[in-house]
Amino acid sequence: MLEDIKTLRKAPREEYYVPGHRTCAGCGPALQYRLVAKAAGANTIFIGPTGCMYVANTSYGCGPWAVPWIHAQITNGGAVGSGIEAAYKALIRKHKTDAEFPNVIVMAGDGGSSDIGIQALSGAFYRGHNLLFICYDNESYANTGIQTSPTTPYGAWTTFTPAGPVSPEGKKLFPKDLPKIMSHGHPELKYLATASIAFPVDLMNKVRRGLNAQGPSFLYIHAPCPKGWSFPSEKTVSIAKLAVDTGMFQLYEMTEDRRFKVTYRPKELKPVEEYLKLQGRFKHLRPEHIEKLQNFAQRRMQEVGIEITLLSS
Amino acid sequence: MSFKEVPFAGTVPSPKRENEGMVTGNWRTKRPVLDKDKCTDCLICWISCPDACIDQSTTGLAFNLKYCKGCGICAEVCPSNAITNVPELDYAD
Ligand SMILES: Cc1ncc(C[n+]2csc(CCOP(=O)(O)OP(=O)(O)O)c2C)c(N)n1
Ligand code: SF4
Ligand code: SF4
Ligand code: SF4
Repeated sequence: MLEDIKTLRKAPREEYYVPGHRTCAGCGPALQYRLVAKAAGANTIFIGPTGCMYVANTSYGCGPWAVPWIHAQITNGGAVGSGIEAAYKALIRKHKTDAEFPNVIVMAGDGGSSDIGIQALSGAFYRGHNLLFICYDNESYANTGIQTSPTTPYGAWTTFTPAGPVSPEGKKLFPKDLPKIMSHGHPELKYLATASIAFPVDLMNKVRRGLNAQGPSFLYIHAPCPKGWSFPSEKTVSIAKLAVDTGMFQLYEMTEDRRFKVTYRPKELKPVEEYLKLQGRFKHLRPEHIEKLQNFAQRRMQEVGIEITLLSS
Repeated sequence: MSFKEVPFAGTVPSPKRENEGMVTGNWRTKRPVLDKDKCTDCLICWISCPDACIDQSTTGLAFNLKYCKGCGICAEVCPSNAITNVPELDYAD
């Protein structure tokens, strides 16, 4: 059992996602990777479907993981994770190894989990493999140059949803809600939570609870991307915090009775505009678009049971 | 031929403490500098660095300038304003 980390001071000092990777300066997905690896510890195997957390980490035949890591196709992180888990179980059952069963963690982007990789993810959870599947959500297909993904928010600029005369708001569709897709359709699911890089202790504890639950466990981590969202690199953590404080991202866990338990309630909810205005990808939005996003945040909060008291700007 | 004889393709050793194949300190345009008198040792900067470039040493926090990309997150999140971003051009090295 991995113990809960009570305070920041009690967080492990050991790093398993070490310095030396080509992710952009201030990369949110890189920060969550470091936190996940720290929380999981030495007996871990990472599976990395194609995306920034594969490509930008493995340039020129090397990688920053102090633990085993294997590449999977963008489509099949869930399948490769299933295979590794099943192989370990078989080797242990047949006494062909005296290794301790490892933490099997799939680290997939939002494209590799909510879109092109969703069949392998769903299959692994249906079959009930003991693994932790993490979707780090940078809200785009970032690695190929910021194309829209199903989790890209309404109103965001991407190279596939440019704002212009035909579509003044940029992206017209509202995003898929991946944790809700995962939460109720997979009977074998053992644990599910959302997390944010602005809440590092909470994030690390959710990793540990997901691993302790002996999976399949699902973690959805909000990870701002300075390049794709157009904001200065030092703002990554502040923007992640604002996403939670405006209700654009909600922090919760799913308990065994399949109910959502909110793990952090903003004391004073800020208007979504405060979150949007720091990011270049939303700079074309007009008041009527911002209002739609405000309503969107309120709907999402209501769904998980966050009461709404909006602080006016 | 059994599968055990097939060579494992594309396999490289894992680094222990740093990945020397990708040194990133030369990306930096601004260098984080710590004012030890202001630092309350809250560790918020330490946990917020995407590049694990803040070390907790016995004499206080130290930046790993071999890899620090100068993103500025540490200075931004510090509640005590103990970190300043100084332009790299101010330094001889
Ligand atoms: C089958 C297939 N189609 C397309 C690609 C090209 N591709 C490489 S990385 C990538 C983006 C992945 O996006 P996401 O999973 O969201 O991760 P991110 O890059 O945002 O971290 C794409 C489309 C691919 N590698 N394989
Ligand atoms: S594009 Fe975004 S996710 Fe990809 S490495 Fe850069 S900051 Fe990270
Ligand atoms: S500037 Fe960025 S990379 Fe350098 S120590 Fe601070 S947070 Fe880490
Ligand atoms: S965030 Fe600031 S006060 Fe806290 S440990 Fe870092 S430098 Fe010191």
